[in-house]
Order: sequence, then structure tokens, then C-alpha cells
Amino acid sequence: MSKRLTESDIAQAVSQMVNQILERNASKEFVLVGIRSRGDEVAERIRSALETAGMNVPMGVLDISLYRDDLAHLKDNPKLQGSNISFTVDGAHIILVDDVLFTGRTVRAAIDALTDYGRPTKVELAVLIDRGHRELPFAPDYVGVDLQTQRMDYIDVKLQGSDGEDSVVVIENKV
Amino acid sequence: MAVISLLVLVVGPVYTPLSSSSPPMTRKDLLDIESLSREEIELLLDQAGPFKDLFTRSVKKVPALKGKSVLTLFYEPSTRTLSSFEVAAKRLSADVTNFDVPHSSVVKGETIKDTIDTLQSMRTDYIIVRNKMPGLPQMIARETKACVINAGDGAHAHPTQALLDGFTLREVFPELMGKKILIVGDILHSRVARSTSTLMRKLGVEVAWLGPGSLVPKHGPKDIKRFTNYDEALRWAPDCVYLLRVQMERQAVQYFPSLREYTKLYGVTDERFKQLEAQGTYIMHPGPVNRGVELCDAVMEYNRCLINQQVENGIATRMAALYWLKPNQQK
Repeated sequence: MSKRLTESDIAQAVSQMVNQILERNASKEFVLVGIRSRGDEVAERIRSALETAGMNVPMGVLDISLYRDDLAHLKDNPKLQGSNISFTVDGAHIILVDDVLFTGRTVRAAIDALTDYGRPTKVELAVLIDRGHRELPFAPDYVGVDLQTQRMDYIDVKLQGSDGEDSVVVIENKV
Repeated sequence: MAVISLLVLVVGPVYTPLSSSSPPMTRKDLLDIESLSREEIELLLDQAGPFKDLFTRSVKKVPALKGKSVLTLFYEPSTRTLSSFEVAAKRLSADVTNFDVPHSSVVKGETIKDTIDTLQSMRTDYIIVRNKMPGLPQMIARETKACVINAGDGAHAHPTQALLDGFTLREVFPELMGKKILIVGDILHSRVARSTSTLMRKLGVEVAWLGPGSLVPKHGPKDIKRFTNYDEALRWAPDCVYLLRVQMERQAVQYFPSLREYTKLYGVTDERFKQLEAQGTYIMHPGPVNRGVELCDAVMEYNRCLINQQVENGIATRMAALYWLKPNQQK
């Protein structure tokens, strides 16, 4: 049996994240940085929801490919799409956004990549799905939904922008 | 084709390996342009863009090749290509060693086979080689586990030059299909002309050659136009004129009577420059330029002169090439 999230589950998870962010930052200045790929789409949904709530928040996109710790072990290097950070990172309060939080290795890479742009005063982490099984000491600040998974499960996230539909499927023991 | 590869780029999830149906997107060596598919060339050019974006950050370095070693092995003098590779490798956090050939064992009589064995023992991850002997990079690539990049072998190939030229032209013409490039000079002895012509044709650019009759090869692809007369070539209305360097240091054998005559017939003189400027033609040159020979001073101030962009793009393109190559795992 596999677990699923539907389009409306995903929408609910995003609004959950938006509410948490608003609750703690209503009168603060911050920026969103989405991690490619799909983290950027989650960030864009948050940004647009915040805009509807009357908050204009700058958003950037981060490509962490060059900062991964497993490049030497990969048969093919990930395709580089590039980052787009048009605001000053120095002194910024940044909320990093990704689709799935798993081992924490992407977050490590993202923080390294960010600090090559400047020195933020604060970096927080927002994830659509926390599936557990951390290998590095990271904890999310804002979570859309917690999913119980096994270490070997594969979380297949599809989002409208990159995949043409919104769905999440937990595939058990994917080899 | 372009649309398909673009889609693949946008859609491709970061952590998912390529499916077995997609073309091999990784190679061990970069030896020439002939063996690259159009998709591979476009992948390299697409990835050079994000690398170039890094140059405006205060930290220009990324950790992609941290702990990897790059060895440069230049048997021919070169400042630009060598330092371009060196900067590219260092911006990827690799450790670079220059195998200083004039002072190395080569002058002490070590054979190339022995040099290769030495390189193999050094367990370097990437070897960047330039030699006057065509095919030497291929030989080193066969004999070592390291990734080998050909930085120019005789009159054969100079693939990273061609890639940077393609990237530079694509910056001014995002759609290259149907654009025209005129390559001027000693085509016959030029690895740049060979590699750049091949790459441009693979990207759908029309290529023409202009030079002294004896130095414009009659053999080779039929779709390349051959000109010996400048005015005729300009009537073909090229979008870009690519000037080859007159190799002063190789003038021991004279292929044309005098430099003055070369300039008169094939140089961008003040008069020809006015014409090119009026036609809005872009100008490229692999460098270093001989002012007063291939081109007049005014060209260097021209806003459609792409020579300085070529230098900057050379670093980005070489970073893309280093990032793309992967050592042979089964060997």
C-alpha cells in the first residue's frame, strides 16, 4: 500500500506553511529562496499566497548542483540550471524553501551556496514535506506535512509547473 | 531539437539519474568537435551560462571539483588558453599543477610513452594537453584513467575554442540556425578553423572560408563556401567575421609572400572596417591579435567586436567542460 497526497492535500500543506510563516514574521522583513528543482515552485506558491495576504516578499532561486557532496560518486553530473538571487544576501533574513526534507544534505549544500553570495543574518528552513531520516543535524522551521516513511522509500513529488500535475506518492522500497 | 533538449533541461529533476533512453550525456574525454552530437554541444553551451553568472558574485569559486587534481601539459607556448584553463579549474576548486614542459624531462629526452606512464602514476584526475602532434591527446586519453581535454593538437582540433566561439555567438544570436560566419585566414593550418567550422555547422550556422587560394582547403565539407576575394565574401553578407591569427612564430615556412600583402588582401583595414560597421557585422578572433595585421586598431573599440567576450566566455565554457567530463569507472 502506498501513501498519497492529492492536489488539495498539497494546497493545504502550502497554506499551512504560509500560516506558520505569517504567524512568526508578520511584521518582519524576509526573503524566500527556493531550491531547484520544485523547491522554487513551492517558494513561488508561498510568495504568491503572501502577496494575496498583502505582503510583498522578494524571491530567489538556488541551484545547488555545484555544492552537492556526492558529485564524485555520480555517473552523470546533474544538469546545471543556474541560480537567480537578485537581492543582497548580506544582512538578509532568508527562508529556504524545498519540496522534501530527507537526509538534510541538500540543505547543507544550499547554505554553503547561499553564503557564497553573502552573510545572511538568519536562515530558516521551510519544507512542503518532512519525511524524516536525517543524516545531518537540520530541523525545519516551517513544515507543510509530516510523512512517515521508511529509509528506502522513494517520494515521487509532482508539481504543476514542472510535471503538469500536483501529486505526491510514497513508493515503498524503491531499488 | 532545440526545444526538446530545452525541455529536458527544465524538467530534469536534480536527484534523478538520466533514464537509459537518453543519449550519453557524459564522456571521459573532450578531444574534438567531430565526435560530439548536437545535443552534447547544446548541453555544454547551456551549462556555460550558469557558470558565467558566477563571475559577478564576490565569491567566484564553487566546490564542484574540490579535491580533484588538474594537470596542464602544454608542449606549445600559450598564455591565454593555459591561464583560461587554470582559472576555470581553480574556480571549480580543483588543484592545478602546470607540468612545465620546457623545463621538464621532455628536454632530457623522456619519450611521450614514458611521460604518459609518469602522468598515470601521478593519479591526476584531469589532463589538459596541447601539443603540435595531432592525435597525442587521443593517445594520452587511451592510456590513462584521467579525463583528457585537448587544448590544441597541431592543425587537428581545439574543441574548447570552438565551444567558447559557439557560446559567444549564441549570446548575440540566441537562434543560431541560418546565421552566417565567415572565417578568414590560413584555414589549412588552423585547428581553430577546423573545430569552430564543425561546431558552427552542427548548430545550423552557415560557414564560409576566405583566404589565399593555397591556404583554403578544397577538400572537406561541400556546404562550406570558399572565397579568395574579400569583396565577394562580404557580398555573401556574413553576420560575423572570424579572423584567424597570423602565426608569426610559424613563419619559418612562408605560406604567403609578406605580412603587408596579407593585410592588404585579407586584413580588416580601416576601409574594410567601415564596410563591416555599416553592415553591422560582428567580429571575432581567437587571440592574441596582431594589430595592423589581421585587424586595424579601430576594430578593438568597435561595439560589435566580441574578442573580449570570447576571453571571459572561454573560462565559463571550460568550467562547463570540466564539470561535464567524468572518469571511466569500469576501467
